Amino acid sequence: MALLQISEPGLSAAPHQHRLAVGIDLGTTNSLVATVRSGSAACLPDDDGRTLLPSVVHYGADQTVTVGHAAQKRQNQDPANTIVSVKRFMGRGLTDVADAATPYRFVDEPGMLKLSTVAGIKSPVEVSADILKALRFRAEQSLGGDLVGAVITVPAYFDDAQRQATKDAARLAGLNVLRLLNEPTAAAIAYGLDNASEGTYVVYDLGGGTFDVSILELTRGVFEVRATSGDSKLGGDDFDHRLYCWILEAAGLSQLNDRDARLLLTKARQAKEALTDHATTQVTAKLSDDSVIDVELTAEIFQQITDHLVQKTITPVRRALRDARLTADDIKGVVLVGGATRMPHVRRAVAQLFGKPPLTNLDPDKVVALGAAMQANVLAGNKGDDDWLLLDVIPLSLGLETMGGLVEKVIPRNSTIPTARAQEFTTFKDGQTAMAIHVLQGERELVTDCRSLARFELRGIPAMVAGAARIRVTFQVDADGLLSVSAQEQSSGVQASIVVKPSYGLSDDEIGRMLSDSMAHAGDDLEARKLAEARVESKSIVNATLAALEQDGDLLNADERQAVDAALAAAQAANAGSNANLIRTAAEALNQASGDFAARRMDRAVSRGLAGHKVSDF
Amino acid sequence: MNFDFAQSHFALFELPTSFALDRARLDARYKALQTEYHPDRYASHDDATRRLSLQIATRVNEAYQTLKSPLARGRYLLTLAGVDTEEETNTAMPMDFLMAQMEWREAIGDTKASRSVDALEALNRDLAQETDALTQELGALIDDDRDYPAAAMAVRKLRFLEKLHEEIGDAIEAVLF
Repeated sequence: MALLQISEPGLSAAPHQHRLAVGIDLGTTNSLVATVRSGSAACLPDDDGRTLLPSVVHYGADQTVTVGHAAQKRQNQDPANTIVSVKRFMGRGLTDVADAATPYRFVDEPGMLKLSTVAGIKSPVEVSADILKALRFRAEQSLGGDLVGAVITVPAYFDDAQRQATKDAARLAGLNVLRLLNEPTAAAIAYGLDNASEGTYVVYDLGGGTFDVSILELTRGVFEVRATSGDSKLGGDDFDHRLYCWILEAAGLSQLNDRDARLLLTKARQAKEALTDHATTQVTAKLSDDSVIDVELTAEIFQQITDHLVQKTITPVRRALRDARLTADDIKGVVLVGGATRMPHVRRAVAQLFGKPPLTNLDPDKVVALGAAMQANVLAGNKGDDDWLLLDVIPLSLGLETMGGLVEKVIPRNSTIPTARAQEFTTFKDGQTAMAIHVLQGERELVTDCRSLARFELRGIPAMVAGAARIRVTFQVDADGLLSVSAQEQSSGVQASIVVKPSYGLSDDEIGRMLSDSMAHAGDDLEARKLAEARVESKSIVNATLAALEQDGDLLNADERQAVDAALAAAQAANAGSNANLIRTAAEALNQASGDFAARRMDRAVSRGLAGHKVSDF
Repeated sequence: MNFDFAQSHFALFELPTSFALDRARLDARYKALQTEYHPDRYASHDDATRRLSLQIATRVNEAYQTLKSPLARGRYLLTLAGVDTEEETNTAMPMDFLMAQMEWREAIGDTKASRSVDALEALNRDLAQETDALTQELGALIDDDRDYPAAAMAVRKLRFLEKLHEEIGDAIEAVLF
């Protein structure tokens, strides 16, 4: 067999040129972007010096997209169009979130769920892409150049559909994904390199919406994941929600409207955070019917009502230990990751299980992004003196549907990636030229208990007697933990074609449409936002002027009226175009032209003695 | 950089083609190979190079797993010698082995019903002892006697024991989780 030739690693990159690469922690509650500059990793702040970007996206009726703190502010006013914790919906179907209390309008369609907003129907992939775009923009502004790529972190326990959705979101945001990196592994890189640690460590990662545990062996320059486990539907959000239910109960309330529910959820989160440093906290809120909630919450009560959630994290830890063939005594240290690990009773439970206090010397909010930045730096080809090897695993077994709705495991969980496995199939009937294959992920025996990843149809199998065809199907899991499948008929060498129907992914057509949509708007996404904002502002001035003219037009003489009318016409004309600067200028001119008019209207209003009315009524 | 996909797993790991294995050398060579070929080394290269690195790293992982497991290693050595272990087709087993199998199954069934993790773990330890003895036998049959038909029988027996081990493991997980 001919030898294949590959160039030396790093040679294709121009020497001595630092390539801009970032690590992105795309979190349920908050997202961060970090990079390595002059040898050390740091999170990049926004203009106000904040590194955390709330993973919140607001969609306006005028197609404006607001991300982060600004979107968070609209959460209480416009809950249905303010998407929070979208990560929970990635690669998920409607039935997966049926039990979750959310203010969203879901679109009932097979496959990945979609959200109906005033700005149109949004897939979780698009919402995540909007968060990623904001981070990409922040990084490019701050680093002053285009990024060659990004490492995006995902929960270790994310299945194939969730990983694929994350990668699709990055593509939509115009990011070149160097690697999908498991969050605990990223934390281990940051922690291990920072502390020059050796030995077996546990990373306990309780984020806003997901729980991961990974067991890693750190030896000189090698991070080897021995086992991983978790719960992709368990996180700080659940503690908030439990507390929310407790507040409702304590206040004797039942059903709330969306706005009040959102307000109380926010109060619940704040109370949870307050209990990190205090033994008691007061929960106060004024609801939309002016009724006031005022209840006291103690740390003891909080621990009691959320203890079952803490216990839910212990089972995956035990499972991971078992898979790694280790006991708690073999563990040298436990690293805590994720904001939810700030809860004192979570720390106590972890300390008790391992018989030692957990390590918390790195900021649990930042450690994942920092590790991702370090890995991105290496993957981009910026080789420093320190170099390391990362050996990660697939978190859930991959299997195939066999007779009777049972699953046969093809690649067991915790296999080191990349990995591949070939399986041979044969035909059931004479002359059969196609067969259907159903790929599943999970640990259970029944198809219905596992997650359906995809259905493949093998076509073009040469017609033979039953059992004569030998179809070899190869399942490949790459270094991102993503599955691909290829098939070949062995006796004839025919490459059978594969039709992939991802059960929860987006089809290539959908991705193509979203990409072309975002291309159309991209390039000048920022321009589009400026334009939309200018239009809104201009429209409100125009409308106010029109209303004023109708009501008090007699206050103006003919010349004055003509001047206002001209400014009005100019503003309306500018608004019909798409030059944001022109719109702003024309609107400003209208404002000036009607300044005098507004003052006279005010005088008239006052002289009429319309007491009790606010200035804004005019 | 060159990679020969036709070479044997032993050649790839620079180990002698034998059942006896220097585990420390296997592990060291594994890390050296992944350090050289892992897709992370080629993340910024062109598609073709990245694909090739993926294939090589996959092969290295497959070879490592095969050599690490005594059963897989024995089976692989027999395949290299042109012997089919007939694990799916040949069900002929010596009577005493079949009897022992039935006893194992009964013991597992009873212990499962008791839902005692300790008892299941104890059973697992007994099974591990038997597996170790059979593994030693397999090594001698391949390396010393070169008696491949007998070695193939030992592989089939080991496969039986491995299934028992999986069954006990599933039972333990069913109790624990």
